[in-house]
Amino acid sequence: MKIAVCIKRVADMEARFKVGSDGKSVDETGLKYDMNDFDGYAVEVALQHKEKTGQAEVVVISLGPDVVQETIRKALSMGADRGIHLKAATVPFDNFAIAKALAAELSTGGYDVIMFGKMSIDSANGAVGAIVAELLGMPVVNACSRLELKNGGGTARRELEGAAELLEFSLPAVVTIDEGIARARYPSLKGIMAAKKKPLESKPAQLGAEALTVVKLELPPERAGGRIVGEGAAAVPELVRLLQTEAKVL
Amino acid sequence: MANVLAFAETRAGALRKSALETVSAARMLADAAGGEVHALIVGPPGIASAAERLGAHGADVVLVCEHPGFAPDNPEAAAAVVAKRLESGYRAALFAATAQGRDVSPRVAGKAGRPLAADVIAIDVTGDTIVVRHPVNTGKVIATVNIAGTPAIISVRPGTYAARGDAKGGRVERIEPVGDPSASRVKVTELVAGDATKPDLGEAPIIVSGGRGLKAPENFKLVEELAEALGNAAVGATRAVTDDGWRPHSDQIGQTGRLVSPDLYIAVGISGAIQHLAGMRTSRTIVAINKDREAPIFKIADYGIVGDALEVVPALTAAIKEAKKGH
Ligand SMILES: Cc1cc2nc3c(=O)[nH]c(=O)nc-3n(C[C@H](O)[C@H](O)[C@H](O)COP(=O)(O)OP(=O)(O)OC[C@H]3O[C@@H](n4cnc5c(N)ncnc54)[C@H](O)[C@@H]3O)c2cc1C
Ligand SMILES: Nc1ncnc2c1ncn2[C@@H]1O[C@H](COP(=O)(O)O)[C@@H](O)[C@H]1O
Repeated sequence: MKIAVCIKRVADMEARFKVGSDGKSVDETGLKYDMNDFDGYAVEVALQHKEKTGQAEVVVISLGPDVVQETIRKALSMGADRGIHLKAATVPFDNFAIAKALAAELSTGGYDVIMFGKMSIDSANGAVGAIVAELLGMPVVNACSRLELKNGGGTARRELEGAAELLEFSLPAVVTIDEGIARARYPSLKGIMAAKKKPLESKPAQLGAEALTVVKLELPPERAGGRIVGEGAAAVPELVRLLQTEAKVL
Repeated sequence: MANVLAFAETRAGALRKSALETVSAARMLADAAGGEVHALIVGPPGIASAAERLGAHGADVVLVCEHPGFAPDNPEAAAAVVAKRLESGYRAALFAATAQGRDVSPRVAGKAGRPLAADVIAIDVTGDTIVVRHPVNTGKVIATVNIAGTPAIISVRPGTYAARGDAKGGRVERIEPVGDPSASRVKVTELVAGDATKPDLGEAPIIVSGGRGLKAPENFKLVEELAEALGNAAVGATRAVTDDGWRPHSDQIGQTGRLVSPDLYIAVGISGAIQHLAGMRTSRTIVAINKDREAPIFKIADYGIVGDALEVVPALTAAIKEAKKGH
């Protein structure tokens, strides 16, 4: 089985973000970067499938500037077989533009399964995977919290609000991966050494026009919160009064 | 071209509250653009009975597509119907950013050759342009995003636009499925229903969430009792407790769980890690109960009580019951 996993390099979300001088990008000074969490889970799911069946090739693909090669190397050191870097000066915000460039590459690979994260935690769209599926004419199962791949098909589970659904699908297919399915492994020293010799191909991304553009970034208004009503059960009557008369939510 | 299409979400043959919110958001957009709201609903035969409520909440037209193949859920066939309808010319298509809306909307975007403006918390129409606001970087930054061209494909965070009783005609128009819905390559084989008697995280105007500060899984009973006393409340959780199996993963609120925006969010024994805040910081009113005065959750809470949850929560439950009696 041939599996592709699309991975995105994102900033570490623990940071205190600042808006750049252009007012529409994040100031990158001092930020640390790593693989998008959900994409790490997807790489793990692909690797576990490979280890279980002993016969899969796992290819990781990332679109962005040269630094995304670090993210690809990380996936290779986890155990992926080879990497493809789609080179672009910046990663556009437009998820259709990203999807189109990824689909152009993926269409030539003959993949049985193409995996994505449920969403990227920086731009937080949850769109690229399903759009790629439509562009390639493949079925898609979004936000899998469980996944079982067999020859020619698979089964999955998706979490809904207060419920869940079980699904069946045919291959080839696109799947996007939710949390809870697998923890991403840490690369071993041996893996890191091996990754240095694994093939990593770089080629220009075919990015089209962008219809979705960020025109402004701002930090959310500080919540005027921080009011401690009191201590222990004795504070309860005052809290209820405030919820009724001030917040008017009861 | 000034008309707005609103995808009306259903589960097990019944309208979801998010469907009414989507129609209300579409109403606002259509009024600004000088067009009509067309609510679109797909489902098994009989789903047309939901049309009246969609009309009562602002749909001029309700497009109904009935087929047995839409049960229990069929995102592939649903997306095909929406995309086909969009071809007749719409200014925008609106979805709820719920599990179902997040599944269907990017498929529609892909079919329409358009990007998806996902999980927006505001929509502004000025003349010909639609601009949305969308939390990025786990809600630590808010992006203002311009959507060029038509149709604008948008999913709206639940709770952003309240369902309004802005009654319109709701004229029913039947539409056909695209191909055979029963032949979808992705089939939902089972809907694992939760407890249908309790409101869920996608619908409830109040959410009471518990964290590790509850000490033991059985103490979630206190949180459930508080939710029950409040009435319209759902129970959420942090990753610390879903990881430990105290609560199902579907209850998790935060960066890698649900993104919610209820009227009232009560955080019990929750430290307020940024990954948790990412999922709930847009809530209208936030209450925190934590024994540690320095816990970060107090920085974003409107009201806080410093104390032992095992003591404060039962007292709050009793006080809420008492207050409700007075009404
Ligand atoms: C990539 C990534 C993604 C993540 N995604 C999420 C996510 O989606 N959602 C999420 O919630 N977390 C997420 N986390 C985890 C997050 O970082 C925190 O670890 C988690 O939110 C902590 O949960 P908690 O507040 O229940 O536990 P803790 O941080 O342990 O806090 C427990 C709190 O309870 C208080 N307490 C203790 N005893 C009592 C008592 N008797 N009465 C009252 N208060 C008491 C303590 O003072 C403390 O503040 C993620 C982490 C990572 C790395
Ligand atoms: N620049 C990129 N390179 C590779 N994969 C990406 C990129 N951007 C997004 N993806 C993939 O698409 C998923 C969804 O992203 P998004 O639609 O931005 O939330 C991510 O989890 C990745 O798997």
